[in-house]
Amino acid sequence: MRKIKKIKTIKDLEQSIQSQIQARKSEKKSVLTVSAGTCGQARGSLKVIKSLEKAIKEQNLEDKVKIKVTGCHGFCEAEPNIIVQPVNIFYQKVQPKDAKDITSETIINNKVIDQLLFTDLATGKKVSNENNIPFYKKQKRIILGDNTLIDPTDMDDYLSIGGYRSLVKALSDMTQEEIIETVKQSGLRGRGGAGFPTGYKWEFARKTKSDTKYIICNADEGDPGAYMDRSLLEGNPHRVLEGMIIGAFAIGAGEGYIYARDEYPLAVEHISLAISKAEEMGLLGKNILGTDFDFEVQIVKGAGAFVCGEETALIASVEGRVGEPRQRPPFPAVKGLWGKPTNINNVETWANIPLIIEKGAEWFSRIGTNGSKGTKIFSLVGKINNTGLVEVPMGITLREIIFDIGGGIPGGKDFKAVQTGGPSGGCIPKEMLDLPVDYESLAKVGSIMGSGGMIVMDENTCMVDVAKFFLNFLRDESCGKCISCREGTQRMWEIVTDITEGKGKKGDLEFLEALAKATRDASMCGLGQTAANPVLSTIRHFKDEYEAHIKDKKCPAGVCKELIQYSIIAENCTGCLACIKPCPQDAITGELKKVHVLDQSKCIKCGACYEACNFDAIKIE
Amino acid sequence: MITLKINGLEVKTEEGQTILDVAKFYGLEIPTLCYNEGLSRYGGCRLCLVEIGEEPKTKLVSSCTYPAEEGLVVRTDTKRVIEARKMMIELMLSVAPGSKIIQDLASKFGVKQVRFKIRNEECILCGLCVRMCAEQMDGRAIGFQNRGYKRKISTPFDTRSEECRLCGGCIYVCPACQLRCQGPDADTAVCNACLTMDPTCLDFHDELQCWMYDVGRCGTCIREKTEESNNKKRTQKSKQKEKNA
Ligand SMILES: Cc1cc2nc3c(=O)[nH]c(=O)nc-3n(C[C@H](O)[C@H](O)[C@H](O)COP(=O)(O)O)c2cc1C
Ligand code: SF4
Ligand code: SF4
Ligand code: FES
Repeated sequence: MRKIKKIKTIKDLEQSIQSQIQARKSEKKSVLTVSAGTCGQARGSLKVIKSLEKAIKEQNLEDKVKIKVTGCHGFCEAEPNIIVQPVNIFYQKVQPKDAKDITSETIINNKVIDQLLFTDLATGKKVSNENNIPFYKKQKRIILGDNTLIDPTDMDDYLSIGGYRSLVKALSDMTQEEIIETVKQSGLRGRGGAGFPTGYKWEFARKTKSDTKYIICNADEGDPGAYMDRSLLEGNPHRVLEGMIIGAFAIGAGEGYIYARDEYPLAVEHISLAISKAEEMGLLGKNILGTDFDFEVQIVKGAGAFVCGEETALIASVEGRVGEPRQRPPFPAVKGLWGKPTNINNVETWANIPLIIEKGAEWFSRIGTNGSKGTKIFSLVGKINNTGLVEVPMGITLREIIFDIGGGIPGGKDFKAVQTGGPSGGCIPKEMLDLPVDYESLAKVGSIMGSGGMIVMDENTCMVDVAKFFLNFLRDESCGKCISCREGTQRMWEIVTDITEGKGKKGDLEFLEALAKATRDASMCGLGQTAANPVLSTIRHFKDEYEAHIKDKKCPAGVCKELIQYSIIAENCTGCLACIKPCPQDAITGELKKVHVLDQSKCIKCGACYEACNFDAIKIE
Repeated sequence: MITLKINGLEVKTEEGQTILDVAKFYGLEIPTLCYNEGLSRYGGCRLCLVEIGEEPKTKLVSSCTYPAEEGLVVRTDTKRVIEARKMMIELMLSVAPGSKIIQDLASKFGVKQVRFKIRNEECILCGLCVRMCAEQMDGRAIGFQNRGYKRKISTPFDTRSEECRLCGGCIYVCPACQLRCQGPDADTAVCNACLTMDPTCLDFHDELQCWMYDVGRCGTCIREKTEESNNKKRTQKSKQKEKNA
């Protein structure tokens, strides 16, 4: 290992970066980059790495190839995956047993292993190059893309892709005002939910007079199913850190905090390592790179509540108080942590900063739409073929994300709706698939950008049930201070639950809407103010489905147990016995080759028979 | 010195005051419940809502916590405020129908039904007791537990607190357990017996309540242009009434 030498001047840092860039260029070995973020590890990437190491050793390939353990590559569906660089062959769902083939075939014989390649569902063809995989093709991975290039635990690797070059530029060529002006000009808006213009926020914090100021990186990421911040901290921690150092310099903050979710051990490990490396190298601490700028960063582990992601609750939590939001104003930029001016930004927001400083505001603002610049990372989950993290330019349509990148809905089912913006976002129906994804357009249809959750739903999803699900989350996660939010979410949940159980009455919808509006209007913080979105947006776009539950006592999607019945279609039943065993209630009886009988009184509507039948002989209605 | 507008009236105040402080100083009534002069501000009952800002970008905030700011435009009794406030009262009634204070509020603001399932918890989690105990009695005997719908007031570990000196301060400030309303109907949770005890100045309109009988004269209900025509109609109506009388 190279002995760590403190980098004393900006020039020294520039030189280190140049020499690392050179080192990367002159690298002769092939590199096997293995995705090993939390998700990759869960799918067994560590075992794959072990067998690759063994294979390399056995075949004496140490001079020809090396393994690079990276963060998440975004394509969860294909985990664990390996990208063979520099030729960019993408191998998916690699098993430990494949290691030998990869080394002997691809490394020694330069051959592509067909069965490890991704198959394009649309054409049925195998794709070898990473960039030609439909999942990646329409993405614009200006932030996430680096995850596939670097070992997040190795600072030199970050330097070798030009990392910390923006810091050099900011400290040597720019004044603090110029940095803020650049961020303002870029049009970058906060990626944590509210989408506030970042440059303006920095300016407020900079202008507030105080000898002590703080910055905070919000890595609480409490939305169920969202993991873009995690994958950035795991896969490219120095990038986030570089953004924070530049921000602290521009704002005049001497201390920074990273508020990380407690459930993110690997992210905490990698960012801690990055901080200690940066300290050793002199990029954090006193007189950074010979300037009079001092800056330190600490990690605070979250308290595990969704509401702690709200900025004032987060500040309370960092101060060791109960994580409850408080009245804004005063905004954190005026009175934040320990009563001092504090600038708080989301992980992804910070990660955008080095890019904007390096390439300029104009370059950045060319990406995206009028009001929404740059890219946004979404976690594309639910009923979708290509689950994963996708980074797309703002303004791309939902259709492109779901069908071109996401590969459509599995099992040939119909797309029904997509929920954006996390638990307090809204559901957007099929008719609006061509909606451009940007802050304004999403708001216009009753949803929000949020921090980037995107849950795809197919025809078998009941929208009333979806509203119930999110309300259940919110009534649990409300801090409970405002009666509007605490009782509002609870009561909305009760009404919606009644509707799903066939106890809905005439007038419920109007009442629900009135309650939803009051909850939105009367609550203090963003949680309560958006808690009605799941209800309002589903009523707005799927009213007929609510009405079917209330009036006809039917669940059109066949989800709400109290409203459905399983029965056997005699014409289709072959008498194969397949459904009899799976039924936990012994509700189905019958003999071979004779039509089976389902006893409604025993049926608990678990759907096991429906899954088991190969002849479409079980019907739900 | 800060200048702001409440109900069209230009008012002046010092830095550090809330909208509620200013309104009270000028004699403008805003209902409150979790607010108490001697305790810190909490903002939980959402009764003191006012509408701030100018159309189309207005929002509701709790006046007991929102600071008076230079140039702020505040309206205390808009349709949006009244609708939200009524819903808050209905929500409170649904969990604490036995509270006379809340029943009185219901009567005063015309809440005549409770459409929620009634839970006789007789606590609206306004936190007055907690603040009373900590801030005035120097005890820390009670506090909030849990969050969301599981939130409750209790002592540490739900056992009798060593800190409690049995001073009764918590009961004294409680809007739910002090004065009991004998009237509420077990099924509807509303009493409304006091409905007839409105102050004489309080004229009832569906969406707007005027303290001055003649809508528009006192400035309370000065609305943006879109609402103006409504007001005119109403003023005409009340003039008509006067004439008739
Ligand atoms: C209930 C609630 C939860 C939130 N959770 C998060 C979160 O997990 N991560 C985040 O960055 N912002 C979250 N926010 C938004 C923050 O309050 C804040 O706006 C954001 O961190 C500011 O950073 P930005 O300007 O870079 O987006 C949440 C807001 C609310 C109301
Ligand atoms: S809106 Fe909900 S989460 Fe926010 S402060 Fe009020 S009760 Fe707490
Ligand atoms: S016990 Fe009384 S004072 Fe305490 S929170 Fe409940 S309603 Fe408020
Ligand atoms: S009095 Fe202001 S919120 Fe309760």
